[in-house]
Amino acid sequence: MLSKEELEIVILSLKVALASVIFSVPLAVACAWVLARCTFPGKTLFDAAVHLPLVLPPVVIGYFLLVMFGKKGWIGSTLDAWFGITFAFRWTGAALAAGVMGFPLMVRAIRLAIEAVPLRLEWAARTLGASRWRVFFTVTFPLAIPGLAVGVLLAFARSLGEFGATITFVSNIPGETQTLPLAIYNLTQSPGADAAILKLCIVSIVLSVAALAASEWINRRVHRVEGGMIA
Amino acid sequence: MIDIDISKRFSAQTEVSAKFVSDASVLALFGRSGSGKTTVVNAMAGLVKADRGYIRIDGVTLFDSERGINVAVEQRGIGYVFQDGLLFPHLNVRQNLIYGARRSGGQGGADAPGVPFDQVVDFLGIGALLARDTPSLSGGEKQRIAIGRALLSRPRLLLMDEPIASLDSGRRSEILRLIERVRDEFGVRIVYVSHSIGEVSRLADDVVLMNDGKVIACAATEEIFNRADLRPYTGRFEGGALIEAHAVRHDMKYFLTTFKFDGGELIAPGVDTPVGARVRIRIRARDVTLATERPHGLSIRNILEGTVSVIDNRGGAIAEVHVQLGGPSGSLARELLARISTQALDEMQLKTGQPVYALIKAIAFDKRSMGFTA
Repeated sequence: MLSKEELEIVILSLKVALASVIFSVPLAVACAWVLARCTFPGKTLFDAAVHLPLVLPPVVIGYFLLVMFGKKGWIGSTLDAWFGITFAFRWTGAALAAGVMGFPLMVRAIRLAIEAVPLRLEWAARTLGASRWRVFFTVTFPLAIPGLAVGVLLAFARSLGEFGATITFVSNIPGETQTLPLAIYNLTQSPGADAAILKLCIVSIVLSVAALAASEWINRRVHRVEGGMIA
Repeated sequence: MIDIDISKRFSAQTEVSAKFVSDASVLALFGRSGSGKTTVVNAMAGLVKADRGYIRIDGVTLFDSERGINVAVEQRGIGYVFQDGLLFPHLNVRQNLIYGARRSGGQGGADAPGVPFDQVVDFLGIGALLARDTPSLSGGEKQRIAIGRALLSRPRLLLMDEPIASLDSGRRSEILRLIERVRDEFGVRIVYVSHSIGEVSRLADDVVLMNDGKVIACAATEEIFNRADLRPYTGRFEGGALIEAHAVRHDMKYFLTTFKFDGGELIAPGVDTPVGARVRIRIRARDVTLATERPHGLSIRNILEGTVSVIDNRGGAIAEVHVQLGGPSGSLARELLARISTQALDEMQLKTGQPVYALIKAIAFDKRSMGFTA
């Protein structure tokens, strides 16, 4: 079975992925709603900005994060001074990097789900006296939950595998920022660690497959309950 | 009072402009699909913003481009029943019904009479459905609930856009009857969008006739469907005369009801309406046969005397003959329309002013084509 160190790595990885997803969700839902339901000048630019982490090299993202959220970065220093939140070389930084990298996936899934909610259903709600906010929380959002679940699990799986941005931004510190992929990378640098690598690889695969299976399960369950009403 | 003057341009070619005033309890927007009816009701609901003009309902300005007024959809107090019901699929029947019931006071809320939940449920006969999920409901059930949901939001005005168009014919007459009762029992003013003469002539007091994005006429229903100059828009094949009548007696043996109107009496299959009730009957031109002498030995129950007032023969196989029923001419409602073949027209040598008998089978009109007013 797993050694104490290995177990720590797994728990840290799960913690980082979970935190990244939890803090991404509200922002991702907001972005997805704006992209699905609003038209404004510069929307294409906004869309592109949201999708950047998908197409840029992760190292570039990691570097940007380092510049902005590092100890001397303009956002990082402000957060540190005002709230005592630091990202640099901390597990929170790893979560931030993972969150940024998984963000486009999450937004995409939620956006598709929101677009699948008939606009006329929202009209009906408004003629019944519901404000835009109430329409969102009582009609649009509940109907988009299957898509949200898929987006969350995709982003979670993506976070578990995050490597490039993380190692650039918060380095590879055992017990603090060394998630599974970083630990595996570390082991590949030392000779005779084949068995340990294999073990961590298997753990990685199991976690990823479990996340995917969970997303499938939620998807099917929701569709069964609601009788495929989104079709 | 509904007072509207709006226009909305969609592209260089398509523009919808509508100007009309009506105080009818049921106002119909009638016209072919694509004539702009839905745009007008959507503008009334606030779902579409007109480019210019104003919308006033009972003295309240909901939209006025010059004064910069555009009341938000949720504050207009206007209920909307869509063709496809648009029930919320993630809520059950009860939750759908009460969704609009907590419309806060103010517009359409505070001054509108409260509508108790139980009363609406009884009225719609949906007590057994309250716990059901909406996707499993039939089309007729969905529309009932959509109507109930709109009623419970206490609207000052109820818009209905082709509310029965996607139902089968049995459900259609059921929902139509329900809409008549909504009008009579809840006293809600209704704006009804349809391209069906049957529905409109049954329900509406006033009709706004639309074609190609414009209002052709706005007048009382009888006038719209009896006016010859509007026939190109009201449809020839479905055309006919609209007659206001009242029930005078029921024949219990043969299950027939006799109706009396200005031009005579009509016998129709029995309807369960009290004697004295006013009924609007539409007699389609293609159901009317003409004879120059009083015929004998026919199964036809309705033989009405009259004189030929207009012959509309444009060549081709079919001609239309207007028959003035009963006494001296005058009221449009006393005129019948008959579609006969041009061959028959020539053989009978029909001329204007000639006395004729109009024959109508008793079963040509049934309760589905009749509108009842309380």
